[in-house]
Amino acid sequence: MPRSLGGREGSPFTGIGPVYMKELADHLSSVRMLVLTLFIIVFGAFPVASSLQQLRTTIGSDAYLFLRIFTIEPEQVPIPFVQALNFVIPLMAIGLGFDLVNSEFNRRTLSRVLSQPLYRDALLLGKFLAGLTTLAVALAALWLIVFGAGLLLLGLPPRGVEVARALGFLVVAVAYGGVWLAVAMFFSVVFRSTATSALSALGLWLFFFILWPLIAQAITRAFVPPEITSLDQYIGLQELALALQRLSPGTLFSEAVLALLNPETRTLGPMLPSQMRGAIMGAPLPLGQSLLLIWPQVTGLIAGMIVVFSASYVIFQREEVRA
Amino acid sequence: MSDNVIDARGLLKLYGGARVVDAIDLSIRRGEIFGLLGPNGAGKTTTILMMLGLTEISGGSVNVLGFNPVRQPLEVKRRVGYLPDAVGFYDNLSARENLIYTARLLDIPRRETEARIMEALRSVDLADVADKRVATYSRGMRQRLGIAEIVMKKAEVAILDEPTSGLDPHATFELLEMIRRLKRGGVAVLLSSHLLDRVQSVCDRVALFNQGKIALMGTVVELANKVLGAGHPLLIEATGQDVAGTLGSIAGVRQVVPAGEGAWRVTADHDVRAEVAQRIVSAGGALTKLSDLQPSLEEVYTRYFQEARHAA
Repeated sequence: MPRSLGGREGSPFTGIGPVYMKELADHLSSVRMLVLTLFIIVFGAFPVASSLQQLRTTIGSDAYLFLRIFTIEPEQVPIPFVQALNFVIPLMAIGLGFDLVNSEFNRRTLSRVLSQPLYRDALLLGKFLAGLTTLAVALAALWLIVFGAGLLLLGLPPRGVEVARALGFLVVAVAYGGVWLAVAMFFSVVFRSTATSALSALGLWLFFFILWPLIAQAITRAFVPPEITSLDQYIGLQELALALQRLSPGTLFSEAVLALLNPETRTLGPMLPSQMRGAIMGAPLPLGQSLLLIWPQVTGLIAGMIVVFSASYVIFQREEVRA
Repeated sequence: MSDNVIDARGLLKLYGGARVVDAIDLSIRRGEIFGLLGPNGAGKTTTILMMLGLTEISGGSVNVLGFNPVRQPLEVKRRVGYLPDAVGFYDNLSARENLIYTARLLDIPRRETEARIMEALRSVDLADVADKRVATYSRGMRQRLGIAEIVMKKAEVAILDEPTSGLDPHATFELLEMIRRLKRGGVAVLLSSHLLDRVQSVCDRVALFNQGKIALMGTVVELANKVLGAGHPLLIEATGQDVAGTLGSIAGVRQVVPAGEGAWRVTADHDVRAEVAQRIVSAGGALTKLSDLQPSLEEVYTRYFQEARHAA
């Protein structure tokens, strides 16, 4: 155990303010940020534009019209906006985070900065928070654009509960981005080469998007007995499949978003006939109930973010500063 | 408080069992320039990083300005300026912006920042390029910017790791002048180098590192006496009858070695220049050159490592 961790004096947060401000300024003024923002807007604009076109024909028949902008699967572009985000947010987070720490090594600024009165904790946390803020700013901008476009093209103000749900969606999106930012930063601590860390983070992202659903299925299939004899057995299998899927942050994100933006969602797992008793099909849940429903998903995302951040923290503490 | 700004006792660093820094004792006095010399990989940088609390200490203790870098790294880093080997700055920012960032980290009051930065940049002759991006700076300018950072910090101790490596002779000269200026400002300077002749000209004392140990420590003259043997070496060029014999008969002269046509190297116990001149002239010879040979660190270094290799 490094001795400096025990009994050292002074706040670990000394210097976090300047680090945060500098990183934020770097992000916001960088060309990369511009590219990423363009990227996310282009990716988001198509689904939104086409869902708006479709929704104009159904005004009046839907109590949650505004939320449909986010979730409807348009005819021309068969990707709902939230799904596009599910895909693009990790890319953006990785783009912001893959060289947070190793670029300081490569520019040979790390030892100089660390010879100023601050702990490594402050440097890492300041960088992470600045990245998260940048991400939040970009997502909030996108969110506002969608909302504004909705107001203009639907000519109808959203109801309070719709705004609340959409805001909840924004928070979940930032938490989801935070997980991937932490992952990207983890690789930037582990690898000195920025290319290697970018590739590793992108590789992990592809793994979770393409391979993991298939692997989860294969694992579940391995547990299927020759004959399913009871309902409990069947439910058990379903739950195993879901649990495996939920190891991917993308699944947690889409589940949380589904429950928030589709108020009719009553459960995120297998639905039993007993749960259907007394329910009116298609009746929306109150916001509080939806939040209760997604609580595990949201805490899961935040916990994942903290775990990955802690891992990079531990590795960074032990890293030698000399290049 | 003692007069030492840095005190290391039995400082030890292990890397996977190898003793990279092997229980060294070292003290740096207030207001001196101290040189850590030795081949690459001898443990100089590791020693420096341990003093700054930037790497773990495996054993022993070090005290910097009365603080323990292991437990009080912030206090140490607030008072000690560090110029790493091949220092880097943020290329996309100007010199001024780079220093503003450091000033914020140091928590320098905002209304003082601007004045302190400009004063520091002026002291290293970078004031007129203060707003140019560091990407356009030469290596020498970057090193000077590193010195400016230390000046701005008002550090009591400056630790410079290989400050002159990779610089052309002119830039080296300028940098050494700035190091001397730091000393005049009352800053104790610890610098590491493998470029000996340059270091020799600025260092008050030096320590010679070899495989993690301090092989020799003291002033350049002391080291020369220890390694090359005591005495004052002189170079004499003269013409006349039996110059070597005349030289050899002077009291205090221990050795006369021919050093080319009409030239001799003399080693004496004390300064015998006056007597040499007198004897040669009175013997009817003509003295064309009489110079006091400064013991060269290069020589000390080469001889020492030759002997160390022979002994091994």
